[in-house]
Amino acid sequence: MRLELQKRPERSALYALLSPFIAIALTVAFGAVLFAFLGKDPVEALYVYFISPLTSTWSLHELAVKAAPLILIGVGLSVCYLSSNWNIGAEGQLVMGAIVGSTLPIVFPDFQSPVVLPLMMIMGMAGGAAYGAIPAFLKTRFGTNEILTSLMLVYVAQLFVDWLVRGPWRNPEGFNFPESRTFHDYAILPEVLASGRTHYGAVFALVAVVALAILLSRTLKGFEIRIAGQAPRAGRFGGFSASRMTFFAFLLSGALAGLAGISEVSGAVQQLRPVVSPGYGFTAIIVAFLGRLNPIGVLFAGLLLGLSYLGGEEAQIVLGLSDKITRVFQGMLLFFVLACDTLILYRIRLVRTRGAVAVAGE
Amino acid sequence: MGRDTESSKSGETAAGRLRTGDLLLQAHGITKRFGDILANDKVSIDLRAGEIHALLGENGAGKSTLVKILYGALEPNGGTLSWNGQQVAISSPAEARKLGIGMVFQHFSLFEALTVTENIALALPGRLSLRDLADKIRRVSADYGLPLDPGAIVADLPVGIRQRIEIVRCLLQEPKLIIMDEPTSVLTPQESDQLFETLKRLTDEGCAILYISHRLEEVQRICHHATIMRHGKVVMECDPALETPASLARMMVGADIKDITREASSATEGEDRLAIVDLSAPADGPFSVPLKSIHLQVKAGEVVAIAGIAGNGQGELFDVISGERLSDRADAVLIDGAPVGRKGINARRRAGAAYVPEERLGHGAVPGLKLSENIILTRHATRDGLVLSGFLDRGKAEELEKKLKADFDVRMSHDNPEARSLSGGNLQKFVVGRELDRNPGVLVINQPTWGVDAGAAASIRQQLIDLARAGSAVLVISQDLDEIFEIADRIAVISRGELSAAEAAEKMTRERIGLLMGGHAGEAGKAAEGRATHAA
Repeated sequence: MRLELQKRPERSALYALLSPFIAIALTVAFGAVLFAFLGKDPVEALYVYFISPLTSTWSLHELAVKAAPLILIGVGLSVCYLSSNWNIGAEGQLVMGAIVGSTLPIVFPDFQSPVVLPLMMIMGMAGGAAYGAIPAFLKTRFGTNEILTSLMLVYVAQLFVDWLVRGPWRNPEGFNFPESRTFHDYAILPEVLASGRTHYGAVFALVAVVALAILLSRTLKGFEIRIAGQAPRAGRFGGFSASRMTFFAFLLSGALAGLAGISEVSGAVQQLRPVVSPGYGFTAIIVAFLGRLNPIGVLFAGLLLGLSYLGGEEAQIVLGLSDKITRVFQGMLLFFVLACDTLILYRIRLVRTRGAVAVAGE
Repeated sequence: MGRDTESSKSGETAAGRLRTGDLLLQAHGITKRFGDILANDKVSIDLRAGEIHALLGENGAGKSTLVKILYGALEPNGGTLSWNGQQVAISSPAEARKLGIGMVFQHFSLFEALTVTENIALALPGRLSLRDLADKIRRVSADYGLPLDPGAIVADLPVGIRQRIEIVRCLLQEPKLIIMDEPTSVLTPQESDQLFETLKRLTDEGCAILYISHRLEEVQRICHHATIMRHGKVVMECDPALETPASLARMMVGADIKDITREASSATEGEDRLAIVDLSAPADGPFSVPLKSIHLQVKAGEVVAIAGIAGNGQGELFDVISGERLSDRADAVLIDGAPVGRKGINARRRAGAAYVPEERLGHGAVPGLKLSENIILTRHATRDGLVLSGFLDRGKAEELEKKLKADFDVRMSHDNPEARSLSGGNLQKFVVGRELDRNPGVLVINQPTWGVDAGAAASIRQQLIDLARAGSAVLVISQDLDEIFEIADRIAVISRGELSAAEAAEKMTRERIGLLMGGHAGEAGKAAEGRATHAA
């Protein structure tokens, strides 16, 4: 007896829809096993992790604050992955966006005007896009693997911001803490509602979801993006340039990551610190795949992964578990999402064998 | 499938030569099911020693499935196999080889970076000395008239020689039955003749050969017996010597194939619609062929064919003509007199050209996209109104899809499916129809009917001729000489990136094309004068 994967003649629309839910169910099931091994009551632990963060206004606002950058970066990465440009460096582009956008309030604190905030947002996007252009250039010019270059540039960006806030950008009145000066009022992204901390980053995320949903489903550019990923040779036959697409994908996702970075700094933190994000740029990779590389799907996936951050904090406080539990959950989720995607193109069959294994044909 | 009423269980046997050889492999009632499809439905076949047995059928008739079962690569759902009268279960290719069954595949399984000896050593069981093996290869290959240099690197060898390696590899295992899948599809006529000599020698020694081919003339010439399959069943057995290619084709298709009608081109003095002027292109990869100073004109009203063996620069030539790769000079490619050598494929399409590449899936069409979206792929920039200020008009693309489906008889299980779910022939009808529907002034098509069943092939060929006669220029790149003689007004031959001058089809002979294919332009000249010599 063995399991055999049998290729379907066409993509299964049913499993394309079901696969993320199967993945979530499997993650929850194995999460319960994990909690049991840690000596916690699985039901209570799962409640603490996934349900209780949704029960107060305060934590719902926190969810929006955490989900916004994930969604913003996730939709950008979807465009990258749909076109087979494997940008793993969104975290670095986020950090660079945060740095470039913060130049105004930190280096020119006396320049106070209503144009500061829009300028910061634009500079943040430009910074992230420029940083994303580096792996794109290396890939198109030298054939360098963008997975490696974009990932390595993350560490460069992280060390760069670390150096900045300990060195030249350290707050002169900050008692030598490794932090920049706090932003003046014109440089702070305002809150959307009076009831909590949700800032305009959430609005940016929603706008990005809608804009990219339209781009991908209705425009020639979206068509080009999908072909570049599925059949590059056919893309060339259609008259589309692969290297232009690489730049487009990296610039777009870099700009969105940069916007997420500057929004986080200017909305949630309001100063530059050595660590800009708790790994939003990496978690957004899971968000993109869990959301089926579809902007609407990414919206929900971003909320779920945002919840995993909150649940992790909650589990730390209530159950006394390590904060690494968040990473474990996110890793399991990504694993199951990718595994379940197999079901879209293959069906699983149980085969009785007698004797030797048959060799695949063709 | 259910509509077939012929007695297909055992197949009718027409009169013919008496089959005298000993029964070697007998398959009885072989059934193989893939999901809902019966690929083999109670197929029976007898293979006898000393006999070349042809297995004929259209694409999808179940030939490959049957062969894979005989070679142990697939497990049947039902039926029995007997070898020398003893019932056997062939559960793996290794077991098949142990019995004495060898196979020469259509697509070579050779490592290009290794030598001939190393490639062969990889396929043989046990540990062996490479030096002894090299000697053996030299001896056996010379013995059978297929000389090989054991030390040569495969990457340096032409396709015909690579096939020799496969055959010699098979012979070294001293098989009693050799299965050959389309062995001549990559050979020049001369190389094919050489292969037939070898096959004759093998059968004289008592070896049985199961021979799969689409080339009916060839089957008629060399095969002693033929089994014809259709829709997974054996429909007929016959002696091919008593049949004509047309009657064999009829049995394969189950209906008459329409003859192609071709009036002589009236406009051979027409204007050049497509001109290629001194076009050269360096190789753009380790396995790519450089193009050397190519000249060619295709006039309004004519079909020009480029013959040649695979891998002699056809794909590279197609890419530069289509604009997927740009030339150095704008005037290297002219469409209706306009220099387009530096322009991309969409600019050339707007100038009136259309292109159909060799590979349907992955080049001509995106496998995972619906047909309507695949129409957008090549027509988004051709003023068909499929894109309005950057936005797709999907409704219009779907209308076009319905129109193509009706106009070009593209058969599909449900409306507007993904390209990958179409059979080869239907997908080819679609990608050809997609371009013909634009009524292009210039059509360049690479391997128009490769792997396409006979019925679809005939209709595509007819459409190409009709397009030319309506005043367009049609350039066909093909490896199929029968096809070329059927449709071309003028023929050129490509060999190692060089193109011979196009000559009127009536003046071309198979032998001359064969010599040009081998790059023997001088000898080809002599052959044209009637003093035929055999190519070395």
